[in-house]
Amino acid sequence: MEPVYHQKRAFDPLRTWLLLPSWVVIGVFLLIPVGLMLLISFMTKEFRGGVIWELSLAAYDQFLFDRGLFGDDPPTIQWTYIVIFLRSIVQATIATIFCLIIGFPTAYFIATRDPKNRTFWIFLVTVPYWVNLLIRTVSLKFLIRDNGPINEFLLSFGLLSEPLGLINTNIAVQLGLFYSYLPFMVLPIYASVERFNFTYSEAAADLYADKWSTLRRIVFPNVVPGIAAGCILVFIPSLGAFIAPDLLGGAKNFMIGSLIEEQFKGNAGNWPFGAAASMILLTMVLIALLLYTRQQAKGEVR
Amino acid sequence: MQVASSVRSIPGFSLLAILCLVILYAPLLVVMVYSFNDSLSITIWGGFSLRWYEQIFFGLEAEKFQKAAWNSITIAFMAAVVATTIAFSAAIGVVRTSPFKGKNLNISLLSLPIMVPEIVTAVATLIFFSMISFKLGYTSILVAHIVFCIPFAYLPISARMQSIEKVYEEAAMDLYANRKQIFRSILLPLMIPGIISGFLLAFIISLDDFIITSFVKGAGVETLPTAIFGSIKQGIKPDIMALSTLLLLVSTILVTISYFLSRADLKNKLN
Repeated sequence: MEPVYHQKRAFDPLRTWLLLPSWVVIGVFLLIPVGLMLLISFMTKEFRGGVIWELSLAAYDQFLFDRGLFGDDPPTIQWTYIVIFLRSIVQATIATIFCLIIGFPTAYFIATRDPKNRTFWIFLVTVPYWVNLLIRTVSLKFLIRDNGPINEFLLSFGLLSEPLGLINTNIAVQLGLFYSYLPFMVLPIYASVERFNFTYSEAAADLYADKWSTLRRIVFPNVVPGIAAGCILVFIPSLGAFIAPDLLGGAKNFMIGSLIEEQFKGNAGNWPFGAAASMILLTMVLIALLLYTRQQAKGEVR
Repeated sequence: MQVASSVRSIPGFSLLAILCLVILYAPLLVVMVYSFNDSLSITIWGGFSLRWYEQIFFGLEAEKFQKAAWNSITIAFMAAVVATTIAFSAAIGVVRTSPFKGKNLNISLLSLPIMVPEIVTAVATLIFFSMISFKLGYTSILVAHIVFCIPFAYLPISARMQSIEKVYEEAAMDLYANRKQIFRSILLPLMIPGIISGFLLAFIISLDDFIITSFVKGAGVETLPTAIFGSIKQGIKPDIMALSTLLLLVSTILVTISYFLSRADLKNKLN
């Protein structure tokens, strides 16, 4: 047995000083700003983009209710913003499902290769992630637009009689989100499949289990944590995405990101409302993360 | 037969894996190819030409792009240096000290900038700078970039740090080495690949950022992504494809260096 040392380690006395820079930078430039944002969401808007320091629930009220032009009509439910949030959730969910459909087999395939080839495959999947997201989205737009290469190709072979008309549709936005975050799905699933001990599946095969039932009943339950991690890594950035809906979706397919952005651009903006929408988005993300950690914790107990 | 029915190879998965790579690379390759298109129309192929590359370096908008590129590169360099230093220091504090209360909280804090959606960080930072009446521009972009670069620098650095066993520093302590000597002759040399890798990832992330930059840049200061976004609002032009191709190559080269560093590392460990 290895002896246990309760010896102090060399850098113990310096720990506070070593951690201090990260506390200060993240605290001052991220935590305090988020706190300020929460505060602003309860203030009154100023007409030329800015705030008046008077407590008000107007931002959250505007989100849910319509009180007419002068604010004195009886409140009716305001669907515009609720619909934008629901649309964002649906778009992010669909993108996550498609990422899973392509990402799981890819990750599984890579993790079952010869160890020497695995890192190279993973490298190939990772490179596009590091390429500028804006450029990737522009590239996708170039590819799928009405007179882009895909439509030209399909038209010239007579497979289509008119262009697909994908740009400015929900489908284009889903495609954009799927394309943006696909590598995020592959990496964690790959890590969990790689850790899976394949002797279990061989035992199942010895007992005459066929491939699909082995995959479903032996491998799958063991890689659920990786799948959950992949889904959360795709879902969260998709929910608050700005570039894909803005470039591929057009005005009719607004998502949360564009709604927030609009409140801070130019004079027409409404800072408290933008701050409130950001807080709601942040809350949704925290809930998703909480569900995820609980799910992971449950997996560890089992 | 066990081999034939092995769950290691599922029919169709190889095709989907190849499809995955095709999806990931096709749009990028198409843009690269069309950046060499001589035709003024972005649709018709008019033969090979470097005219769009000439245009971004010497054309009408060349000055704008050069300024944006200069801003992008200098901000990315400074943000990456500062973020890597902070992340390295934090990694020593978290990984190379005995277990302590709040260790997990510290790790969460360091990954917080990745967890918060980018648009939320952008809004919060804009509100912060305007509340303290800080003038938006080059410095505000730099500060915002330092914050979100920290987790990207921290990940490879802490991974590397965890792989260095503590016996080295224990042996050094037994030989009465002081902390400075341990740092200079053990920790730092062993950490070099991790530090370079962290620096490169932070650099790329800063170079690529669009959303946060567009919120905190103020009027008049542009980085390459915001300049590109401004241009494509009027439609995708061939010179933007050339510029994109260049930026794409820079990212790819840096990631490849980072990849080979960690691989060389792995080989040394195995020997």
